Amino acid sequence: MNNSHLLSLIIFAPLAGAVVNWFVGRRLRNERFIGLVACGSVGISTILSFYLAFKSDGALRSTQPIMDHLWTWIQVGSFRADFGLAMDRLSGIYALFITSVGLLIHIFATGYMRGDGGYYRFFAYLNLFMFAMLTLILGDNFLLMFVGWEGVGLCSYLLIGYYLDKEEAAPAAKKAFIANRVGDWGFVLGIFLLFWLTSNAGAPSISFFNKTGVTSALATIASMPIDGFTWHAIFAGGITSLAVLLFIGATGKSAQIPLFVWLPDAMAGPTPVSALIHAATMVTAGVYMVVRCSAIFTHAPFAMFIVAIIGAATALFAATIGLAQNDIKKVLAYSTISQLGYMFMACGVGAFVAAIFHVMTHAFFKAQLFLGSGSVIHGMHHEQDMRRMGGLRKYMPITWLTMCAGWLAICGVPIWAGFFSKDEILWKVWSAGSFNMPGGAAKALWFVGAVTALLTAVYMTRLMVMTFWGAERFREQHAPHDHEHDHHYEKVEPHESPLSMTIPLIVLAILSTVGGLVGVPYAISSLTGGHPENYFEQTLAPVISPVPSTVASGENGAQPLHWLSPAPQPVDGKPAVAPVGEAPGSASSEETPNPQEVNEERLLALVSVMIALTGIGIGWFMFQRKPLLAMPRLLENKYYVDEIYDAAIIQPIKVGAREGLWKLFDIGVIDGTIHTVGGAVVRFGQTIRYMQFGYVRAYAAIILAGAVIIIGYFAYSGAHVLRFLVR
Amino acid sequence: MAPQLSWYLALSAVLFTIGVVGVLIKRNVISMFMCIELMLNAVNLTFVAFSSFFRDVTGQLFVFIVMTVAAAEAAVGLGIIIAIFRSRESLDVDEASTLKF
Repeated sequence: MNNSHLLSLIIFAPLAGAVVNWFVGRRLRNERFIGLVACGSVGISTILSFYLAFKSDGALRSTQPIMDHLWTWIQVGSFRADFGLAMDRLSGIYALFITSVGLLIHIFATGYMRGDGGYYRFFAYLNLFMFAMLTLILGDNFLLMFVGWEGVGLCSYLLIGYYLDKEEAAPAAKKAFIANRVGDWGFVLGIFLLFWLTSNAGAPSISFFNKTGVTSALATIASMPIDGFTWHAIFAGGITSLAVLLFIGATGKSAQIPLFVWLPDAMAGPTPVSALIHAATMVTAGVYMVVRCSAIFTHAPFAMFIVAIIGAATALFAATIGLAQNDIKKVLAYSTISQLGYMFMACGVGAFVAAIFHVMTHAFFKAQLFLGSGSVIHGMHHEQDMRRMGGLRKYMPITWLTMCAGWLAICGVPIWAGFFSKDEILWKVWSAGSFNMPGGAAKALWFVGAVTALLTAVYMTRLMVMTFWGAERFREQHAPHDHEHDHHYEKVEPHESPLSMTIPLIVLAILSTVGGLVGVPYAISSLTGGHPENYFEQTLAPVISPVPSTVASGENGAQPLHWLSPAPQPVDGKPAVAPVGEAPGSASSEETPNPQEVNEERLLALVSVMIALTGIGIGWFMFQRKPLLAMPRLLENKYYVDEIYDAAIIQPIKVGAREGLWKLFDIGVIDGTIHTVGGAVVRFGQTIRYMQFGYVRAYAAIILAGAVIIIGYFAYSGAHVLRFLVR
Repeated sequence: MAPQLSWYLALSAVLFTIGVVGVLIKRNVISMFMCIELMLNAVNLTFVAFSSFFRDVTGQLFVFIVMTVAAAEAAVGLGIIIAIFRSRESLDVDEASTLKF
């Protein structure tokens, strides 16, 4: 076990930046100072992450995680939760792209937010977010992860509601917060259940790793029998229930059906926030959690099936909505939801590596697209409606060129990053074993994925065409309400953004272009000769629980299982797995590539390229000529999901709260009880207050009468009472 | 014939009763006050009588305590009476009956 206190510096540098900006930056009001502190602190994290990941025994090159035990947080009996950090291969990859993409977005934001009144506040929140996000991924147990999980939720809330004068920002922030709380409910229950299950197994723990005195909870789960593939398993309180509860947490954070509604509204925040939190990092926390818990999910085939179905449904659903949105950021928001659905679909079929690969490439190209849209919005003087753009490529050539890279990447055109990750997901879905789904489901999921890919290409092409090609519509007057303030209606002249914004765009465009090359699958890389290994998969495979190859049928799932690959290992990688760079990881299925499978994979890759090109073609020819083509009203209104939720959930809660809880229970029962008791006391007092009639001699007579009665009682009842009293 | 204990107790009872009746029927606050003192002294007399009867000095010690308390009470009581008289120009307790419901 490696130890390094540098690990805690990764999370505490942004925290220090946040504190400095909050207390010093607000006094100084110097944008240069604030930007330097914010970017510098994230820069420190970035450098440290790269150093710790790639040094000779770094997280990505060793099978042992790097640990940093700060203090023991909770110690109850044999249970222990530490404030401890750990960087293994999975969290290492996450830390790398979070810090580097985060740094680029911070730099972009120094330009984007120039002149904003809350400059210091913005960067303090942004740094606080980096702290919470890095705590989330580097925490070595579920509780610390939950601290980060809530921290990013809080920062997301603060940053969505950042524009205090924007009418829709505050409700959007609340919506995000509440939707996330619903998910957190599942997550917390999941942690409780995990603790309960591991306690029953004799090793109460919620840790991810084996440490001195702590057993890994995931290893404990991995040593249990696999749950059966039945509906009942969800409610049985076993591993499937645990996995489903954790997945509910993931649906909240990662905006999946049914909790995705907050993410499109979250676009009310500043664009760098959308890029950082609501595209590249925070929303992928759910994927991280599911992959981190791969040992749990591979023991819960039915939960994985649910994950796959929800993922596929979300991908398709969001993509169709994305087709019809006119706000440039809304299109990207639905695109993000759709891509997250892809990632969960991959998790659901057991392709955890492909999911993480897509998380990474998605972080590159979606951050690029969001920052590009931010640059467009900046250049258009805060116009977000694509119907009032058009022909911008002449005015902002760098934004246009870099966004083309992001566009090709998300569409899945070969060489660009998205192609490799998306293609791998589609292939893994197609070839998924019968372990966790009924026969034929894999092909159906693949079909959904393919349709989604087509739609993705169409709506992204639409976005690009509406924004950068075609007639220059920004000089026209559109909405009638513009006439009301004609006096300050001025000709919008788009302009290219400053260097602080274009440089991150260029870097991210390069990453979107070449970032996929770290994970070229064997089937493709072997075409060119070269190195046939898939570096990305080899790096991650040791920390991920492999999927058994057969269905665990029956109620108890106790039938012997045939493992496609070696049986699951504790995820801290303690068993000997050859370090990367030597023999290929034994857990990867690419030891002996089956020529037939390789051919099938190549064919599928060709199919997805065709799909991407078809989508781009459709988008190009449909929207090049008529960029304002009206889209179906159902899609433009997002299938009325918000309205349905409002009618089905929000209104009943409001009415129930107002009529039931407030008027009936609060006013009727609680206030009623108090008023009744109080009224009785008042009436009683009003009755007996006439005892106080004011004549001193009468009071004396009453005292005398009392004395006579008491003495008379003792005299009458005899001496034995007195004897008792005196004794 | 030497005085018996019962004589002292009878005298004490008479004094006490006079005091009680005086408190109840007198309207002058000074008179009521003196009646209260009378009751206290009736009790003192009982104490002294029993002390002598039982050859126990404790009863006489109690008398000193009662007298101390009576002196303190007299100071406070007379102070209140003066205050009442200053504000009402009257010592009739039935007139001082505004502190009521």
